[in-house]
Amino acid sequence: MDPKQKALEEQFQARIDADEKIEPKDWMPDAYRKTLIRQISQHAHSEVVGMLPEGNWVTRAPSLRRKVALLAKIQDEAGHGLYLYSAAETLGVSREELLEELHTGKAKYSSIFNYPSLSWADMGAIGWLVDGAAIMNQVMLTRTSYGPYARAMVRICKEESFHQRQGYEILLTLCRGAEAQKQMAQDALNRWWWPALMMFGPSDKDSTHTQQSMRWRIKRKTNDELRQQFIDATVPQADFLGLTVPDPALKWNEERSHYDFGEIDWDEFWNVVKGNGPCNRQRLQARVEAHEEGAWVREAAMAYAEKRRRRQEERKVEVA
Amino acid sequence: MTNKKDWPLWEVFIRSKNGLSHKHVGSLHAADAEMAIENARDVYTRRSEGVSIWVVESRYITASSPDQAESLFDPADDKVYRHPTFYNLPDEVKHI
Ligand SMILES: [Fe+2]
Ligand SMILES: [Fe+2]
Repeated sequence: MDPKQKALEEQFQARIDADEKIEPKDWMPDAYRKTLIRQISQHAHSEVVGMLPEGNWVTRAPSLRRKVALLAKIQDEAGHGLYLYSAAETLGVSREELLEELHTGKAKYSSIFNYPSLSWADMGAIGWLVDGAAIMNQVMLTRTSYGPYARAMVRICKEESFHQRQGYEILLTLCRGAEAQKQMAQDALNRWWWPALMMFGPSDKDSTHTQQSMRWRIKRKTNDELRQQFIDATVPQADFLGLTVPDPALKWNEERSHYDFGEIDWDEFWNVVKGNGPCNRQRLQARVEAHEEGAWVREAAMAYAEKRRRRQEERKVEVA
Repeated sequence: MTNKKDWPLWEVFIRSKNGLSHKHVGSLHAADAEMAIENARDVYTRRSEGVSIWVVESRYITASSPDQAESLFDPADDKVYRHPTFYNLPDEVKHI
């Protein structure tokens, strides 16, 4: 590496080590920029694709109260996608490039959204577990080293807490209901538990990005640390519901002051990442269709704006 | 990429309540100013975070560059006499 480049990188790392935030126009190593673009855009795509499994139940929500809550939650997720796309755009990529990468399957999004939402109880399990896991990650990211990303996370975290509470409340209601309703809640937990644990990504020993991301303080906790934190917080909540976590190896470890848990099925994880989950094709197709079918709206809005601008200019000329 | 079809980028500033200044909250794409305000309302004030919105197209903002930071801001660092604590007054003197 040439000495000037090396000096710049050392200065950059010194700023990171001093816990300074990096802002869009600051010098940053190419790899830092690339890592951020990849991570922030994946995060944005996840928020947007994440609306699909829940959108599936809006028209079948069991009451108006549940329906407005679910709608408000889904609307928040659209907003989260927007905050994150905007943060990625400060790094010099365009919205069109980012969407293109999603639509061609080049960019990833969280694999959890490739699982189907089969019953109303899934709306409970998603809010409680999926948003719960996302919150663990996002709270950490409010302290990430890139300023625009950190600020987006602060907004998002403020909005997230109702998502998890509304999910848990759905399950609580089912668990206090008839036996069949409680069974429905148990079935949802059975299906969502392991995919939720996989949301934290591969185990630290297999994670290619973790070490460098920690050094750059993009991440502040490792995948395994966050996963453990999530399990420790969530198991007592399952107990309160009277539901059984589908892991025979799950056990409180007095010595570690943490729960021990069973081995995650990493073959399943990688299989879904590679595009072979139950809903990968369906999700992507839904996004592409929405984008293509909305093209005329985007064009019409531009044409209308242009027409109005021209009219205003003509009027100015007339007055003058 | 400035495709004619693509909506331009706008910066959004929100006054959270009267008496406070507008503060930058983020950005969004919109075809024109009116739509930018409507979108900003939907995205940034869903929980009564604002009483007033400013939007400005991002390309009209001129920003100082981080490379200028030293020449712009360092001169203020050695001017301690601009701060009240620079002046030594006896404790007996009150309300000053
Ligand atoms: Fe979200
Ligand atoms: Fe959420």
